[in-house]
Amino acid sequence: MRKVAVIGAGLTKFVRRAKETAKELCWAASKAALDSAGLTLKDIDCVVHGTAPDAFDGVHMKAEYLSDGSGAWKKPYFRNYVGGGTGVYAPIHGWYHVASGMFDTCLVVCEEKMSSCQPHPQGAFLTIFDHTTERPLGPNLLWIFALEMNRYMAKHGLTLEEIAQVSVKNKRNAKDHPSAQLGADLTVDDVLKSEVLAWPVHRLMVSPTSDGAGAVILASEQVAKRLTDKPVWIEGVGWCLDSAYWTNRDLYYPKYVEYAARMAYQMAGIKDPRREIHVAEPYDPFAYKELHHLEGLLLADKGQAPKLMSEGFFDRENGQIPSCPSGGLLGVGNPIAAAGLMKICELFWQLRGEAGKRQVKNNPRKGVAQAWGDLMQVGTVVVMGR
Amino acid sequence: MSDDFRGTPLDAEDFEKGKVLFTRDEPKAEYAWDTGVAIGRYLQELKNGRLIARNCVKCRRVMIPPRMHCEWCWRPTDDWVYVQDRGLVNTFSLCYITWDMQRLKTPEIPAVIEIEGASPGHGIMHKLGGVDPKKVKVGMKVKAVWKPAEERVGSILDILHWAPT
Ligand SMILES: [Zn+2]
Repeated sequence: MRKVAVIGAGLTKFVRRAKETAKELCWAASKAALDSAGLTLKDIDCVVHGTAPDAFDGVHMKAEYLSDGSGAWKKPYFRNYVGGGTGVYAPIHGWYHVASGMFDTCLVVCEEKMSSCQPHPQGAFLTIFDHTTERPLGPNLLWIFALEMNRYMAKHGLTLEEIAQVSVKNKRNAKDHPSAQLGADLTVDDVLKSEVLAWPVHRLMVSPTSDGAGAVILASEQVAKRLTDKPVWIEGVGWCLDSAYWTNRDLYYPKYVEYAARMAYQMAGIKDPRREIHVAEPYDPFAYKELHHLEGLLLADKGQAPKLMSEGFFDRENGQIPSCPSGGLLGVGNPIAAAGLMKICELFWQLRGEAGKRQVKNNPRKGVAQAWGDLMQVGTVVVMGR
Repeated sequence: MSDDFRGTPLDAEDFEKGKVLFTRDEPKAEYAWDTGVAIGRYLQELKNGRLIARNCVKCRRVMIPPRMHCEWCWRPTDDWVYVQDRGLVNTFSLCYITWDMQRLKTPEIPAVIEIEGASPGHGIMHKLGGVDPKKVKVGMKVKAVWKPAEERVGSILDILHWAPT
């Protein structure tokens, strides 16, 4: 397999409702990524598109519909989708397009425009449940997050305060992100006083619904070295899917995330992730998920991520492994597929020392990004390094 | 990185007051799902007021909801096993909103219930009822509350809810 580098990245703003169409958002992110790499569309050999349910847009086969916004006109094109895991899955697909030797450059675009779906984009998630054994009960998406969070808390005896600190950290970090929808200075108390939506989930523990897009440019080693002095290499990729029989497995720990992480670490030659990973972007659609995923990524022992976080281990300023320096989905926003790719963009900027006010201080050489989705069953992981 | 990101936020008001143009449509989709073999029997037994699971002799696993193939060893499952209509609350939530963010005064109580007689940790999603929401605990023992036999139709809703024993 050939070495593959990220050589450019671009994002739109993440907003509750954008004037721009999905295609226009794709174009904006793709153009920003191309500009940052000093390339034009002529230089791109193939396009990989990540975008979540067609139901958000109400357009069947929406990837085909969006393709001309993403620069795919008369190019090899590939769409992929694993729910919330999509944003880190798409660059994995881009990676093997280039690693295989088939293509020298690949534009990876992730987009979501959730606001079109009325009266609330949650409606698009109602059909993820089993149509015969679950849907008659009238489940909504919050149920499964609340059930998983409660299981995680009950298993380890965690407190709501320990969960709430994630929202505080990420919304604070997001204040320095130019895309951010919900950057804020909050206290743990503010989070705990926010409305209980589905106990133990409080409103300020939930990421917003958003419109937005992101893009990265991938290149083979030869092309990357010609175009930039600061390539950021994709050193490891991993993905893993657990069963859809989610009531037959213990939700307290995301084993499938661990398997995906081990696959990526092994490929990257990482033996001790807690020493070798310097910056992390775990998936944080809900506050507890970041803790859950830090454990799945083996950056904390089971049940220990909350304690480490309260000791500052994951802080952007002085933490040993800054986690979600971007501000994450809780702060920057959650246009599903684009939110995952935002994490890849963040590692790119952090590892190049270009993250501005968000720059972590530990001179990072390796980072890990992770996303999660489907019926609490998929883990997607990318390790990047310089 | 550039700070000059594109994207133009709109407010709900822009739509409500007609300040922007937009198009509305309601795509209609209708389905009638077959039960399949395993869930067909499961529903039939629910109508009889019983819970049934499938056993895999290779994995020594009794699984509910039942399926004709075991996803661990990927063999056909081996036999039908009746399990109890009792269990333990593995996890639960008190949900105060509907999917479209309408508020509920009385919470719904979705739960994963580990079924007695199935393998440890094997449960189904259902709802709790007949209980003070404040008193629900992980590990609580519960029992199915069935609809009267003449009202059962072969649906997961033949169980009204699960209540503490
Ligand atoms: Zn088996």
